[in-house]
Amino acid sequence: MGKKILLEHINVPGINTLEVYRKMGGYESVRKAVNEMTPDAIVEEVKKSGLRGRGGAGFPTGMKWSFLDKSTDKPRYLVCNADESEPGTFKDRYLMQRIPHALIEGMITSSYALGARTSYIYVRGEMMPVIRILEKAIKEAYAAGLLGKNILGSSYSLDLYVQPGGGAYICGEETALLESLEGKRGNPRNKPPFPAVWGLYGCPTVVNNVETIADIPWIVNHGGDAYAAIGVGKSTGTKLISACGNINKPGVYEIELGITVEDFIYSDEYCGGIANGRELKAVVAGGSSVPILPKNLILTTANNEKRLMTYESLSDGGFATGTMLGSGGFIVFDEQQCIVRNLWNFSRFYHHESCGQCSPCREGTGWMEKVLHRIEYGHGKMEDIDLLVSIAKNIEGKTICPLGEAAAWPVASAIRHFRAEFEAHVQNPDSCCKKHLHRELVHSH
Amino acid sequence: MNIEYIKEKRKGEIADIISRYPADRKKSALLPLLHIAQEENGWLPVDAMDEVADILDIKPIEVYEVASFYTMFHLKPIGKYVLEVCRTGPCCNVGAEELIHYLEDKLGVAVGETTADGLFTIKPVECLAACGTGPVLQIGPEYHYHENLTREKLDQLIDELRRAN
Repeated sequence: MGKKILLEHINVPGINTLEVYRKMGGYESVRKAVNEMTPDAIVEEVKKSGLRGRGGAGFPTGMKWSFLDKSTDKPRYLVCNADESEPGTFKDRYLMQRIPHALIEGMITSSYALGARTSYIYVRGEMMPVIRILEKAIKEAYAAGLLGKNILGSSYSLDLYVQPGGGAYICGEETALLESLEGKRGNPRNKPPFPAVWGLYGCPTVVNNVETIADIPWIVNHGGDAYAAIGVGKSTGTKLISACGNINKPGVYEIELGITVEDFIYSDEYCGGIANGRELKAVVAGGSSVPILPKNLILTTANNEKRLMTYESLSDGGFATGTMLGSGGFIVFDEQQCIVRNLWNFSRFYHHESCGQCSPCREGTGWMEKVLHRIEYGHGKMEDIDLLVSIAKNIEGKTICPLGEAAAWPVASAIRHFRAEFEAHVQNPDSCCKKHLHRELVHSH
Repeated sequence: MNIEYIKEKRKGEIADIISRYPADRKKSALLPLLHIAQEENGWLPVDAMDEVADILDIKPIEVYEVASFYTMFHLKPIGKYVLEVCRTGPCCNVGAEELIHYLEDKLGVAVGETTADGLFTIKPVECLAACGTGPVLQIGPEYHYHENLTREKLDQLIDELRRAN
């Protein structure tokens, strides 16, 4: 069993309550922070820990925190990004639902480190049940003196609120999230200025993912060096991986970064192998946006080394032969899965979720969906395959936010690694997806 | 404005929500208030949105442009129970598509339509972050998740909701 930082007590009865959570050592980091540590000392520990943003980008958290503009007397904000909506990703919902106080403790300790007096947890609106759980837990924390005025008798005060979204994948992009929190459409902002300088209400703001924030208490309690000792190289600590698709044991797993992909897929501790005795065909390792890899390349790199569950190993070989750890949304496809149909589904998703601000994304995602639809439904032409590659290329890097890339990478990688399957759909539409052709999944927008 | 949707009825809650933001940033309460208005009325008629604008001292267009951006807000009358079934990749790979068709056949309406008795609307929804327990559907206004869905579970759910009416 690997080291558990977040899920160690997941199965303790009543761990969702303050009482049991505290009995298991919860909120120690708040006591230690407000009584024994300066905010800067905490930032230093987080830097030493090597913790990287767990939402998908993998940017070093300590560095992000150190960019916070302290030269103004404007208020500073910490906003938690709980807008988990990347297909294949369900770790944050799991964590908030099961151990809400882990996030709340992290929010208090992190807010103290950043000098925030008001903080928000922006939860996607569809997760109303999670919002109710968090609000109840926050109420418990206020009653226990862990939130509000003079936390645990110290001079530090903090108010913490939950903000519901309204249903929009784009609000997982941090500047779109801030726009949404200000009561506007979720249109991403041009950067710079970055939120560290111009964030919520034009004030210095840090936006961090749920899992990132929930890692902070352990780092404060045990020190950055202890955290950095877990994992491999620049992939320190543990990571929640939400595994789904054609595996025996779908679910959320906390892994020590550095285990092999093979072990993650086949060992009984994690996915437990491919379901129904079938063969592995492909994996999308970090949420639907990252490049898909066929079996041989997800298990070993192009240099024939075992692929590891780390930021570096998964991206080894660049996009030619590698992918990304991303959000940890691990989607497994067995030999019977159709790559064309899955890609069409994902393309429809990105078209639906494009905010419409940038033409390459607004028009390109719709165009890709249309072309993929005709290939899938038996009306494709051979030149459509290169057309898709060309559209993807013309979206990538030409938009305000990364939704453009998120839509383009799956298309480019699927054709790179599975071109023959697209050709087969064009040449003989009945060969693969016949069962779907008689009735279409309505894809109204 | 003839009917009041939330102003008096949810007065305390509204004041509490507005107090979460700086005094000059009341507009931040827009999404929470739209959720409340929809909870009260099932959908968002123009005068409910105008009421929200009035409460927050913003122009009605600022409410319309936001309400129309987010997929959770219904700008037209809709069934009492909105059955939102995830249609994104991972759920489809474990049978969501077949279940959506089953639901269409069972209720005699297509996705996006409402049954004649006004009880059910089938609405497609994108990834609900429950990919490990798909297929999944949720029903507002509580948005409770129904996971690992099967035909039998759907039958049971629809029966229960019909009985409740």
